Amino acid sequence: MPRPADPPRAHGFQAQLLALVDQLRGEGVAIGTSELLDAGAALGHVDWTKSADFREALAATLAKSPEDRRVFDLVFDRFFFRATEFAAIQEGIEEQGGIAAQDPDRLDQDALRRAIAEAISEGDGSAMQDLARLAVAAFGAPGQGSGVLGVDVQRLRRALQLRPDPQPDFDADDPRREGLPKERIAEFEQLLRSELERRRIETNRELPPSRPLSDISRALPTGPIEDLAAVHRVVAQLKRRLKTQGNELRGHRRKEHVDMRRTARASLEFGGVPLNIKTKPVRPRRPEIFVLCDVSTSVTNASVFFLSVLHALHDSFSRMRSFVFIERVSEVTEIFERERDFHGVSERIARDAGVADISGYTDYGRVWSEFAELTADDLTRRCTLIVLGDARTNGRDPQVAAFAEIAAKAGRTFWLNPEPRLYWNYGDSVIDLYAEHCRAFECWTTPQLEEFVKALARPLRV
Amino acid sequence: MSSASKSTPVPVPASSALEIEAGLRATGYLPSPSTALVAHLAIELGKPVLVEGPAGVGKTELAKALARLLQRPLIRLQCYEGLDEAKALYEWNYRKQLLRIQAEAEGTGWDAVQDDIFGAEFLLARPLMTAISSPEPVVLLIDEIDKTDQEFEAMLLELLSDFQISIPELGRIDAVSQPVVLLTSNNSRELTEALKRRCLYLWLDYPSPEHELEIVRLHAPDLPETVARKLVDVVAAIRELDLKKSPSIAESIDWARALLLLGAKDIDAETFSQTISIIVKHRTDLDLVAERVGMSLGAATG
Repeated sequence: MPRPADPPRAHGFQAQLLALVDQLRGEGVAIGTSELLDAGAALGHVDWTKSADFREALAATLAKSPEDRRVFDLVFDRFFFRATEFAAIQEGIEEQGGIAAQDPDRLDQDALRRAIAEAISEGDGSAMQDLARLAVAAFGAPGQGSGVLGVDVQRLRRALQLRPDPQPDFDADDPRREGLPKERIAEFEQLLRSELERRRIETNRELPPSRPLSDISRALPTGPIEDLAAVHRVVAQLKRRLKTQGNELRGHRRKEHVDMRRTARASLEFGGVPLNIKTKPVRPRRPEIFVLCDVSTSVTNASVFFLSVLHALHDSFSRMRSFVFIERVSEVTEIFERERDFHGVSERIARDAGVADISGYTDYGRVWSEFAELTADDLTRRCTLIVLGDARTNGRDPQVAAFAEIAAKAGRTFWLNPEPRLYWNYGDSVIDLYAEHCRAFECWTTPQLEEFVKALARPLRV
Repeated sequence: MSSASKSTPVPVPASSALEIEAGLRATGYLPSPSTALVAHLAIELGKPVLVEGPAGVGKTELAKALARLLQRPLIRLQCYEGLDEAKALYEWNYRKQLLRIQAEAEGTGWDAVQDDIFGAEFLLARPLMTAISSPEPVVLLIDEIDKTDQEFEAMLLELLSDFQISIPELGRIDAVSQPVVLLTSNNSRELTEALKRRCLYLWLDYPSPEHELEIVRLHAPDLPETVARKLVDVVAAIRELDLKKSPSIAESIDWARALLLLGAKDIDAETFSQTISIIVKHRTDLDLVAERVGMSLGAATG
């Protein structure tokens, strides 16, 4: 659904609220009409002049999970920033009063630096906001900017002498002497950035094009925090999907086979005439799965996460064996059977698998030959092989022929690459060589993972 | 919400969220501004609140504090796996029904008895039923809703959106008074959309060091300021680590009280190793904390 590129021209509060909700929906936050009504009702009970209350009231009614809340905050800031600036352009309002940017000499620059440092060390949010405007007015004279926000922000920060490490040349009671808290400096930089952006919009009299939130900010979890909840959530979705797929298959009644033994028994009733034909029950075939995951540092988290998801789904597969590799291959099926905990699994893989030999760099050639040996008897046409890795050979021989041989033995072969497609085949990535023998999937967000499981659950033609 | 109301002052005095904040403080619970605001909205809108967050940030405590503030009784339903409606909603008191049948004089028609034994008199009210049938309004706490299964969630929907319960034999039971409902969850599984849709949402996280300092000072007022500050910093550092179980606010308070009891003047490596078991409760965690945090303490005090 195309969304308006700019804050819509609709007027009135309801229209603005709808536009905000529309943008939130566009970013994947599920908001129902009832929640929209709740938001309207909630706003009747808070003071609109307090931006924190206004935001919290909307958040409590619209964003119903920590992720949604994160997206909400990003969208909220972007939306109201743009809406305000848009209105300012339309009405032709410019900043007035206070200190005009044209005569920075009227400001005592040292006193300003000192005041900013104090506000930062005390963490006084509203003072920081005001001082950010002053700082831009004093140190960021128009025409001096490089045009790149990040560069300008850093230039301002240096001009203000804000550093996290101690600066002993300052007075004893100056907070900069001890160094300033890093997070607060980052916070102040953010304020500088939005002030610079606001000024640029004021000068250019137009809004920069609106972009959807970058995918990077909502990728699959890579850190260990709260990953268990993420596994649970993905698994719940996938289970539902796999279940409905099974039901679909049960409809295919035409390929029934006659169960000779039961038919013969049933015919005894009628003196041996097979009146009642008994058929074998049709069961949806559950795939047999071999998973082969790269656990070298660059992709460990993606691998462990993926393995956890697959093992939580194990009852949807008739058999599942998992292997991890760096330079060598090692089977880890047992670890997953015993350890239910995400951290436990990653620790045990790191400790017990013994897959890194010398260099700690992936050696695909050796991996293929060892894997072929390990699974020589088991890998058949009924099996699905899933490889997860970034296909970065570290300059070693990719041994495509060996991989092709394995892929030919397995019924289906999938390759999951946890790198965004943009980086494929750059540097030492040889994913295209392997992709000739299998289906390669880009897999670094939850929807992509779902897409893959859908493909995985599709029946295997034997 | 008409666009005209934008220019006119807001209908409800803005101080009410502040009043709730002050009231909660008076009961010994220090809420963050957003907590007070959501509590205020919940009371004004009559909507349930879903409170999520890690264990030990005061989710349950919030419900207790609200009950104290509003001077309402607190009815608590502790959820667990396998909780069903007989435990949560209502149950027929079959013993009483049997007695009723036995005590029945000869000759009464079956219909009369049947109508009679499925009456309100034979109903055993469980927490949810008690909450809505209480003549005076209550605070209802449905604790750890994520421990139940989805079927139970579905059963709650009717109660949460309409404050009514349908009993097949008896018909619909409407709420006599409207309770303030809080549901808590540790986020150990995703709750259904339908449930979330009916609730306001509040995410409680570990408090900022300043906020936690205030809490500790409130509960252990005699602890020297410097010790309290250090305690809060150490607890924050421990929460940064990747532990099986991070220390909760209640455990910070316990630790503060223990330090007070021991008359500690400072948290050095020795007092830390003696009292660490109050805040860290897994053997593997103990090792990690001793290694990461305990070492730095020792270095600091020489």
